[in-house]
Amino acid sequence: MSVKTLKASVRHRPSVSVVDLHGEITAHAEHILNNAYAEAEQRGLEVILLNFDDVHYINSTGIALIVSLLARARKQHRRLLACGLSDHYVEIFQVTRLSDFLRIFPDETSALTQENTDEA
Amino acid sequence: MASFLQRFGQKRRANKSSAKKQTRQAQATAASVTQSVAQPMDIAPNDPIIAYFLSSPTAVEIDKLQLDSPTLKALKAAHVKLTIPLVSQGELVGLINLGNRLSEQDYSSYDKGLLNSLATQAAPALRVAQMVLEQQAQARERERIEQELKIARLIQQTLLPKELPDLPGWQLTTFYQPARAVGGDFYDFIPYEDGRIGLVVGDVTDKGVPAALVMATTRSILRSSAQADYSPGEVLERANDLLFPDIPPRMFVTCFYAILDPVSGHVVYANAGHDLPYRWLEGEVAELRATGMPLGLMPGMQYEEKETTLTAGESILLYSDGLVEAHNPNRDMFGFPRLITLLGTYEAGEQNAIDYLRDELSTFTGDNWEQEDDITLVTLARSPVPALNDDADQATMHLLENLPANLLELVSQNQDQPRSQELTASSQSNGWHVLQTYQVPSEAGNERLAMAYVSETIRPFHLPERRLEQLGTAVAEATMNAIEHGNHYNPEIPVTLQILSSDQAIAVHISDKGGTDSVPVHEEYEAPDIEAKLAELQSPRGWGLFLIQNMVDEMHVLSNKETHTIELILHLEGDAHVRQNA
Repeated sequence: MSVKTLKASVRHRPSVSVVDLHGEITAHAEHILNNAYAEAEQRGLEVILLNFDDVHYINSTGIALIVSLLARARKQHRRLLACGLSDHYVEIFQVTRLSDFLRIFPDETSALTQENTDEA
Repeated sequence: MASFLQRFGQKRRANKSSAKKQTRQAQATAASVTQSVAQPMDIAPNDPIIAYFLSSPTAVEIDKLQLDSPTLKALKAAHVKLTIPLVSQGELVGLINLGNRLSEQDYSSYDKGLLNSLATQAAPALRVAQMVLEQQAQARERERIEQELKIARLIQQTLLPKELPDLPGWQLTTFYQPARAVGGDFYDFIPYEDGRIGLVVGDVTDKGVPAALVMATTRSILRSSAQADYSPGEVLERANDLLFPDIPPRMFVTCFYAILDPVSGHVVYANAGHDLPYRWLEGEVAELRATGMPLGLMPGMQYEEKETTLTAGESILLYSDGLVEAHNPNRDMFGFPRLITLLGTYEAGEQNAIDYLRDELSTFTGDNWEQEDDITLVTLARSPVPALNDDADQATMHLLENLPANLLELVSQNQDQPRSQELTASSQSNGWHVLQTYQVPSEAGNERLAMAYVSETIRPFHLPERRLEQLGTAVAEATMNAIEHGNHYNPEIPVTLQILSSDQAIAVHISDKGGTDSVPVHEEYEAPDIEAKLAELQSPRGWGLFLIQNMVDEMHVLSNKETHTIELILHLEGDAHVRQNA
């Protein structure tokens, strides 16, 4: 089976850096995911939103990568948000209790709206 | 005094360099009498002077000759006094032309006799010289054509895939045999970033270097279109619009383009006037039919797109017209009906489908067949179910049948689950029957293949999407463990998946050859401590078995010295809950 790579790009909104993820989050995604997160960090914003809208497969190693990002964010007093997860992966985030530490939104708009409301 | 006219016969043309050479020879023979040398001239085949010379091949005084002949006029204009035709084997091969004698006297009978005698000797020698020149010219032409063919072959062979893509669960086979006058056949495999693969087969009309160059251009356009993630119809549409302005007149390209998802077997395809590919399974043969104009004929064309899914054991054949348009010595064509019949009767065995078709073609055309056109064959076969119920892997079958008897250790994933002496869903237990058994090579990423196999097998149960996804995740995680910890990524050792059903449940058995050393299952039963992981007091990893047990209704693990099996059970009705996290 060919290994599918992850693509990631970073956008900066006024108060949130958004990491758009495309592909699969598996062991092969580690480098790209961490680099994208580092790029998002550089803007220095307090909130980073992981956009999973175009992610169709996350395995247990992928969960571990997200746990690592979350640990890194907490150490730096940043908040990590997630959006665009399918129902199945929302369930997996709940089962693993990732959702206790990383707020999940249905889409980017609702995440940004909520974030602005919280700030206000 | 002598001049020499280098126009020989009605059919041949001497080139200028050879004419000059002959002129030099003539000058040499007329050493001391040089006055002028006439320019080479052509004699039209219908000039009556030819018939005259052939009927009277002796010295002729030009001034006395009365004929309506352009050549005669030219000879007179060149002040030729005496002409001696050079005739060899009934063909006029040249003339010896003489101007005035230096003494300004007429040529004597003795002179004419001498010249006639010379002409008799010179004509066959000249003819031989002409034939040598002609053969040299033909040899140069052959060499030029060979060189061109060599270049065309080089272009074509450089651009055909050097390696076949690695598609676990599929067998891809290709065959390409150029005709002597190399045509414009091509095939290609274009990888997409998401794991899909583009399959191309095409044929450029015309042959030689021009066809090879158009083939190269088409290939580049198709490859660049694939990178932009166009659908097959859009790829062909774009290729057509880009090729049209520059393609040489009367040349066009037929092309079939498909995108295969090797995990699901889903194929989307479009066709620009290429011979329709065939799919076949157990004697049933069908076309992959989609309509569209060949590339390069008209701009603004649109291409119909179709889609289908290739099931386990199913194959497709992409080919060029060199196969179906081959002729036997009686000029019968190989033809589509014969191809369809052959595919319908083909039985996969030791001989692959391409070798089978080549043998049949060879039988049809006979031994002395001169191949008329390039032949390209590409077959793609989805692996059949490794039929443990039949004969595919007797060793694995034996292993699975004897699993309960070989039981060394059985653990149940939940304290409230009773320990059992065998897997819940044993093929020998009442009420359970095996739906399918598959094997996947132990290579990273092949858990997706396992997911696809399971998903396809249980499709008839119409499980809710959520349940399917839960089982998919559990199967993927268990397969990953088997590939990594059990079989240590050794592709020679497959992971076996057996899917069973009863009235109440579906079971999936995932087995590796790791035995008791395989997966550290005991460490994984407790819910991972996410707080500790976030505080970086524990590794962020270790979610696999926890995820599995939370995605299915029951999970059992069985190990002995040779085999490690995880059993996943999904209840079909009633409490289709997923265990909530403790």
